[in-house]
Amino acid sequence: MKKKLIEVKDLRINFKTYAGIVQAVRGVNFELYEGETLAIVGESGSGKSVTSNALMKLLPQPPAQYAGGQILFNGKDLIPLTDKEMMKIRGNDIAMIFQDPMTALNPTMRIGPQITEVILKHKKVSKDEAKARAIELLNQVGIPFPERRFRAYPHELSGGMRQRVVIAIALAADPKLLIADEPTTALDVTIQAQILELMKDIQKKSNTSIIFITHDLGVVANVADRVAVMYAGQIVEYGTVNDIFYNPKHPYTWGLLGSMPDLTNSTDELLRAIPGSPPNLLDPPKGDAFAARNEYALAIDFEQEPPMFQVSDSHYAKTWLLHPDAPKLPLPEAVARRIEGYKEGGE
Amino acid sequence: MAEKILEVKGLKQYFGSKKSPIKAIDGISFDVYEGETLGLVGESGCGKSTTGRSIIRLYDITDGQILFKGKNVNDYKSRKDAMQFNREMQMIFQDPYASLNPRMTAGEIIAEAFDIHSLYKNKAERREKIGSLLESVGLNREHANRYAHEFSGGQRQRIGIARALSLDPSFIIADEPISALDVSIQAQVVNLLKQLQQERGLTYLFIAHDLSMVKYISDRIAVMYRGKILELGQADEIYNHPIHPYTKSLLSAVPQPNPEYERKRVRIPYKHEEAPENAEVIEARPGHFVYGSQEQVSRWMNS
Repeated sequence: MKKKLIEVKDLRINFKTYAGIVQAVRGVNFELYEGETLAIVGESGSGKSVTSNALMKLLPQPPAQYAGGQILFNGKDLIPLTDKEMMKIRGNDIAMIFQDPMTALNPTMRIGPQITEVILKHKKVSKDEAKARAIELLNQVGIPFPERRFRAYPHELSGGMRQRVVIAIALAADPKLLIADEPTTALDVTIQAQILELMKDIQKKSNTSIIFITHDLGVVANVADRVAVMYAGQIVEYGTVNDIFYNPKHPYTWGLLGSMPDLTNSTDELLRAIPGSPPNLLDPPKGDAFAARNEYALAIDFEQEPPMFQVSDSHYAKTWLLHPDAPKLPLPEAVARRIEGYKEGGE
Repeated sequence: MAEKILEVKGLKQYFGSKKSPIKAIDGISFDVYEGETLGLVGESGCGKSTTGRSIIRLYDITDGQILFKGKNVNDYKSRKDAMQFNREMQMIFQDPYASLNPRMTAGEIIAEAFDIHSLYKNKAERREKIGSLLESVGLNREHANRYAHEFSGGQRQRIGIARALSLDPSFIIADEPISALDVSIQAQVVNLLKQLQQERGLTYLFIAHDLSMVKYISDRIAVMYRGKILELGQADEIYNHPIHPYTKSLLSAVPQPNPEYERKRVRIPYKHEEAPENAEVIEARPGHFVYGSQEQVSRWMNS
């Protein structure tokens, strides 16, 4: 049995703004086991980055407020911890890889000290040992001539190399959990492929758990064991990667899958775009937040929020369509055909 | 066979000092046919955006020829010629946040072009034009009085498209028009571009790095690398039978939304081979062009 590393229970986060209280995260639940990768997907504003920043307690308070719930890391709740206590966990137990490697690195500091800084902070080692460890890390993330690169400034490196440095910093103190917030969005596909391979490789060696935030479903299919689909501050579907891609149950997941062309799409057909745009979380709509954009919405969707229905042991979805009394809908044709195509192509 | 609307011949665009120039575009040639979509793909820094900007005369080209409807665009010396050219060719930009003036309303942004070209008789006609353009991109007439910050990213990009359409052009250069948008909104904008193409018979040069989207929207695709076009052909042909090792590598790196496939996908790394002296554009299959020497191309085709 794998060990449960992190468990998030009914997490609620609000932001106080001049316009009112924005309910950015509205009751999120998930758990992550050792050595596993959880991908969180969703549009901008769906709360995926807020959720991940909350795990590190990086949200400035105010304006952010932890309005409820628990973040259990190895069984210990992080929310009541003080800043000082969190400092021991950040970088050491939980580390983060940011989207834009240029802004994540200090441009006035050589990359070597940016790595040893973390090691010296969290480990009882001498400066020389820290340096040796940093060079080893640079080597591990695939940077050629690590001894020489140790003294390089970030601007001397390409985007892909910079992201490798950011990963090396994140790995410096052997974290148990790595949070990667769109780590490849700013990179070219070939570089993206290398970075994803690197992350999987590291995970295999050190049994790190990874939370991977992205909006690219191709990347999700590549890295994830489990997937959480977020919409309007809530997880609307949660399951293994195969559950989500081959047996999606939530109309929003159908919409995401349908709106992305893959290399098998014919040019003549229009994409199945999701109409409209996400709701304003200053005043979340009554009932199902997705109802207004959902062509399969039932009358109850506008009245009452659906609960999480269990589809299988690993698979949950938050839609009234799964209620026993709901009409049985076939999958939208475009999505069904694509899944059919996957199964053929995959074998 | 459709007419050639744009011919690019031996285009070079160098930046920086004369002694050691940066060769952003290093001699490329291609044609675009009327009513088609030509996708231009490549990694950042390969020269794809520069190509688009050179064609629309945002840069003075270093060498080569750009013929639009048979006329060399760099011969347009008079203001009248230039204005005529501007009416025919328009651009949609990548970042819908940076490309709209925050001090202007949507209506003013759209109307600016036909104000300059004085294409209306009275205020009522101007208002009518703005309204119908907004409607044609899926917005409401009432949106004309709002400022850019009042719109979402997808709506802003629609305003950018309405602005590009305002002079009723025949050729549109779309430089990464969807890469700043969310997945569900990307599909809306791509569908809109397709629909407008059908209604108005537009020709697109579609510049992007997202290969799945390019494949979906394009009739033909050109793959660029380090200022050169390495491969050009029908979209399906390029995807199903790539010849140049760079194209093969690029295609093998694209993750697909299909977990079973992803578990088996093997990326093909690319090792750059300097093009030999006798490299040329070779028609390896009908309508499928590859840049390389005869020896290279036959080797690539057999591997």
